[in-house]
Amino acid sequence: MTRPDARMDSPRVAGDTVLEVDDLQVDFPTDDGLVRAVRGVSYRLGRGEVLGIVGESGSGKSVTSLAVMGLLPGSARVSGSVRFRGTELLGASDRELSRVRGRQISMIFQDPMTALNPVYPIGQQIAEAIRVHQDVRRGAAVEQAVELLDLVRIPNPRERAASYPHELSGGMRQRVVIAIAMANRPDVIVADEPTTALDVTVQAQILEALETAKQETGAALILITHDLGVIAGQADRVLVMYAGKLVEAGTVEDVFYAPRMPYTLGLLGSLPRLDVRTERLNPISGSPPSAVAMPAGCPFTPRCPLAQDVCESEEPNPRPTTSDDHLAACHFSYRLDGMTPGDLFRPTSRDTEVREGPR
Amino acid sequence: MTETAAQPTAVVDDRAPVLSVRNLVKHFPVRGRGLLRRQVGEIHAVCDVSLDLHASETLGLVGESGCGKTTTARVLLNLQPATSGQVHYQGTELTGLSRRDMQALRRDLQIVFQDPYASLDPRLPVNEIVAEPLRIHGRYGDGGRDRVRELLRVVGLRPEHGNRFPHEFSGGQRQRIGVARALALHPKVLVLDEPVSALDVSIQAGVLNLLDELQEEFGLSYLFVSHDLSVVRHVADRIAVMYLGRIVETGPAESLFAAPAHPYTQALISAIPLPDPRKERARERVTLTGEVPSPTAPPSGCRFRTRCPTFADVLSETERQRCVEEIPELRERGQGHPCACHYAEGVSLL
Repeated sequence: MTRPDARMDSPRVAGDTVLEVDDLQVDFPTDDGLVRAVRGVSYRLGRGEVLGIVGESGSGKSVTSLAVMGLLPGSARVSGSVRFRGTELLGASDRELSRVRGRQISMIFQDPMTALNPVYPIGQQIAEAIRVHQDVRRGAAVEQAVELLDLVRIPNPRERAASYPHELSGGMRQRVVIAIAMANRPDVIVADEPTTALDVTVQAQILEALETAKQETGAALILITHDLGVIAGQADRVLVMYAGKLVEAGTVEDVFYAPRMPYTLGLLGSLPRLDVRTERLNPISGSPPSAVAMPAGCPFTPRCPLAQDVCESEEPNPRPTTSDDHLAACHFSYRLDGMTPGDLFRPTSRDTEVREGPR
Repeated sequence: MTETAAQPTAVVDDRAPVLSVRNLVKHFPVRGRGLLRRQVGEIHAVCDVSLDLHASETLGLVGESGCGKTTTARVLLNLQPATSGQVHYQGTELTGLSRRDMQALRRDLQIVFQDPYASLDPRLPVNEIVAEPLRIHGRYGDGGRDRVRELLRVVGLRPEHGNRFPHEFSGGQRQRIGVARALALHPKVLVLDEPVSALDVSIQAGVLNLLDELQEEFGLSYLFVSHDLSVVRHVADRIAVMYLGRIVETGPAESLFAAPAHPYTQALISAIPLPDPRKERARERVTLTGEVPSPTAPPSGCRFRTRCPTFADVLSETERQRCVEEIPELRERGQGHPCACHYAEGVSLL
């Protein structure tokens, strides 16, 4: 699945940028204090580009995308800017957002059972998604729904259109959700852990269906996942998130073969590999900081073997490293040149830090 | 720890296995919705599974959800009664043992569960959680406190944290507490049921390293149940691949990855994305269509045939007949390890 043409599609040209996120911040007031879920994330999404967002649980990767879609609960405090083709989405009224959502930007969630309405047949749900945004007759919309089901490779689409979600397997349901996401030929599809709930052989099929959706609609794809393998296979560019911040960004080749943030290097080193027999893994000791009591300085400091005094006081911003488009938020990113995970992280088996306060 | 006298088993092997499973079958009744809840069918969860687990070895049991791997693990620990078949632990037959008879053996056979959030009592401090097996088996006595501290140290935690409650620990640390509890009685065999699948990768690696060390230190045998082939490749000496209740291929990890012979194993290996962009995009793949059929009515003959790319694209009508009619036996077919496919052919995928 190589897409050399898509990689040439540089997002630097303004006209080619479909989505621009600038200094996005999301806070949630809670009883334990302010949860700082996203702390100043900026990125651009080029036309037809596949942007992978990778990070562990709690890194803010999902919240970032929910903020882009305007789907956060009312209690969330959102600031910064999200522009879709130049139009600001943050602070837009629900009515304005509804014109964009589902038509120009659509979303695929992790759990297809809750994304679908259990009491309507799937064909009707796809047709509804079409008719909300387009002036087509019911019959024509249903006809389109059947075509979409066929595109995402649902066998016997005409008969299947009458099925209810509970009659379908998890993989089939996710295909239906993909069909809905592509129904209005959006410019951007946001897929939030689209394969996490599925078995690997089904995951492979869903990734294929996503590829189809992309090709049919020409949409750019934001692919949020914790699976570095999925990113390696699908994405053109990658954002690595940690503790609500973007800590590294670049092409897949940059990030996988020349990581410039110790966290990224650590992630790659802690993965057991299918293609190489590994003796000991190199975990990143400790755990991510609490989003309630975020330390000053770089949030990775307590886990970072390169950490110096400056890391505790000053939080680094993403800065260009090996090229202008390869960013890393690390004071000592230059020191990672030529380093392997084993050079930096020890194959420890201990885990002794206990965080004070709420998790 | 004293060895119970190993009785000769029927299996011929160079070493006597610690745990040996023969023709294990587990069916669950499916009941109707009526008042009488009459049995209307059966789920064939585990079908004719035979395994050997040797001393100090890790056997990886892999398969997708619903393939029967967890049920196999539970039945072989007698946590659920087997429908038929035998499980021998050092010569003692486990199936059909009473709870009381089983209790003595539980010291040797322990389990670590998948979900570190659900498997620890939130109201007990960690010291008490780890001490519980010692108390149940009357071994807490005088040295209990020290033993608990020792166990926490052994699993890479700080003994001083023993008076804290589970919610104060991260997922990885909770899983370590589960391991400490399982180790309390000096077991010989640990069943690890998806022990790292709830954990983030940076945390998972530390737990995997720990399991590796503990095995060396205490000479443990692991039955490592997982859906993740990358993890299994890392930990296992031997691997058994399950599909819809049956083992379809088994062998030493190296041999199985070098030349997977069953189309299902090939598809599983193909489906796991490699965290290496160039390699991942240049790979040859065996992809499957459809999803796992219902275990209430598994397909006749080879259970994999409904999704099998070889069956669909390669075989002639007469060859297919055999897949429909005849259950492929799990045996050596010239691939260097046993495989349950009439038309097995080893391929290189990595």
